[in-house]
Amino acid sequence: MESMTGAKALMTAMEKEGVKEVFGLPGGANLPMYDEFSRCDIRHILVRHEQSASHMADGFGRVSRKPGVCFATSGPGATNILTGIATAQADSSPMIAVTGQVPVAMIGKDAFQESDIIGMTNPVVKYAFQPRTPGEVPEVVKKGFYIAETGRPGPVLIDIPKDVQQNEASMEFPDEFNIQGYHPWTDPDIVACEKAIEMLLNSEKPIILAGGGTIISSAFAELQSLAETLMLPVVTTFKGKGAFPENHPLSLGPIGMHGHAEANKMMAEADCVLAIGTRFSDRSVGTFEAFEKQLKIIHMDVDPAEIGKNQTTSLAVVGDVRTSLRIMVKLLLQKAIKKTEESVWLKHVKETKDYWRENLKLHPGEMGAAKILRKLREILPKESVITTEVGQHQMWASLFYDVIQPGTFFSSTGLGTMGWGFPASIGAKVARPDVPVVDIAGDGSFSMTENSLATAVLEDIPVIVFVLNNSTLGMVAQWQRTFYDRRMVGVDQGGCPDYVKLAESYGAQGIRAQSMDELDRAIKSAISSDVATVIDIPIDPEEDVLPFVAPGTSLSDMILPS
Amino acid sequence: MWAILSVLVENRPGVLFKITHLFRSRNFNIDSISVGITDNPNYSRMTITSYGDEKQIEQIVKQLDKMIDTVEVKQLDEHKTVFRELCIFKLKLSNANDSMEVNKLANAYGAKVHDVKKDSLMVELTSTPDQIKAFEELAKPFGIIDVARTGVTALQRSGA
Repeated sequence: MESMTGAKALMTAMEKEGVKEVFGLPGGANLPMYDEFSRCDIRHILVRHEQSASHMADGFGRVSRKPGVCFATSGPGATNILTGIATAQADSSPMIAVTGQVPVAMIGKDAFQESDIIGMTNPVVKYAFQPRTPGEVPEVVKKGFYIAETGRPGPVLIDIPKDVQQNEASMEFPDEFNIQGYHPWTDPDIVACEKAIEMLLNSEKPIILAGGGTIISSAFAELQSLAETLMLPVVTTFKGKGAFPENHPLSLGPIGMHGHAEANKMMAEADCVLAIGTRFSDRSVGTFEAFEKQLKIIHMDVDPAEIGKNQTTSLAVVGDVRTSLRIMVKLLLQKAIKKTEESVWLKHVKETKDYWRENLKLHPGEMGAAKILRKLREILPKESVITTEVGQHQMWASLFYDVIQPGTFFSSTGLGTMGWGFPASIGAKVARPDVPVVDIAGDGSFSMTENSLATAVLEDIPVIVFVLNNSTLGMVAQWQRTFYDRRMVGVDQGGCPDYVKLAESYGAQGIRAQSMDELDRAIKSAISSDVATVIDIPIDPEEDVLPFVAPGTSLSDMILPS
Repeated sequence: MWAILSVLVENRPGVLFKITHLFRSRNFNIDSISVGITDNPNYSRMTITSYGDEKQIEQIVKQLDKMIDTVEVKQLDEHKTVFRELCIFKLKLSNANDSMEVNKLANAYGAKVHDVKKDSLMVELTSTPDQIKAFEELAKPFGIIDVARTGVTALQRSGA
């Protein structure tokens, strides 16, 4: 046992957890923790707004599957990361948020920069700790990391009063601990796995719906193996995009409000779905009533509370989806079941896919969204990591950027947080410095956290921001065109700012691409650049994202390009 | 349906807040809630009654179970459970023989009478919510000045 301060214990405990980087911003109530950066090996990456620190930690966590760590001071520092914590919770992303708090004796006195961040974050954290004595810190950190990354991952808040950081105690760093009420893993349900196989074999029009849980549990090989063995077409949710290689003959791409036409059509026609790690969000499945008609649903999820929450199911397979899929594949192998002949259903699926891939009408201009995103796909190496902002560009990315290597596409899908993609790309690049990392952005969303350019430049994190610039809050504008009789309110961005000049003012590279040739050169230049690059691509502000399933309707009722 | 949930939780500050917040944020109803420490000071037992259809109650149980501070969550079967609520009524005494009538009523329900004044008295009744409601109906004609209820607390019968 060694005597040390709570702040030192925090850093020591984090080093033991393998933390190499922290994203954050200092302030009065977390200074003792910041002082420790001067004498430990953890790299501090300074942000210009705490919200960005939380998104960076989130991006890092999704890519590395280890909790990303962000630091913020008390009061406004803490409230600034609230959006980032809620984003991580909505998308089950592992994160450790460490906030400073006013000294224990000042809590509840409305002290300067005091906020009840434990109370405020309660509904959006997986768990929160507030150690009241320095001696608690090592165990809190150990438990925090364990909770954040096990089972269904999520954000954990550690709120440390300043005196707890400053005061010394003799510290014990436990290897073992007990959290009585936390059971992140359940034993795999072999009986349910067998039943699932039976149901799939006994149905005429089976389909796989892979959700975000497939990516979180890295069940890529298992999913592909199952799909190929049973010759099952695979659709995904938007969060599950890229759980299955999108250039695979069995892939139909994402379903949902802006899903692929072929994916929505086939989902609506299927009679049995194996739904893997998905919560049946309204954006994915439209109205539930339409979705459950004549459809048997097998729901596979690590979180028992998801079973029956949004969707009544015929069969539940609770447990880690990778383990469950592995069991299914093994059972099929034992029974020597392997489909080789194309069923009537699969033929129909392929015809539908071919039809829509050829006949979906795209924007006629040279700089239409589909052409731009296909160009990006063509040039980027397949292992590149993509993050997106939130809006039209995000849905175009879903439609037109095929993910070939599973687990390389990340987006704020649950909370839909504008401003997420750019800082998340910085976190992703810290986790994967060896591959190009691109934030597919829109101008409105990028504006929200564009000052992270300072972090990208000063911390030498050369990400690429790929801005589809219609100088409009495009998705809102599309809804106003579609549902509000073209009464355009509050959407015009007035061509402000000039993103090339903005990038240059931060010391980043700024390139405007107004033709396919320019775009080609810009992407290649960005990939080989040592500094962060913003590619500004002016597009038609009238271009809609289509297909479009209007809210509250069924997947089969798509608005299609006319 | 009406459900009785027995929730064993870690006895720590903030746990009651988290449980009630869960009900609010998930759009569930709390009909009554009672909390007390158990024989083991590390745990408290919360007894929560709620209304909802079968699916909703199942979701409440699952969401409570998912909480890290809950150690055990059970939906209790009314028929295999001893469940009681303590209720105190303050009743008006208007006529000369009201006091005697109230005493008779209290006796019939196994209730105790306290704080007898010239124009009011208090009745302490420990019973099931149904019985308390029945008593309340019969007490109404006297005039109910005030009521305080604890909410249901419950334990499953042995072997149930």
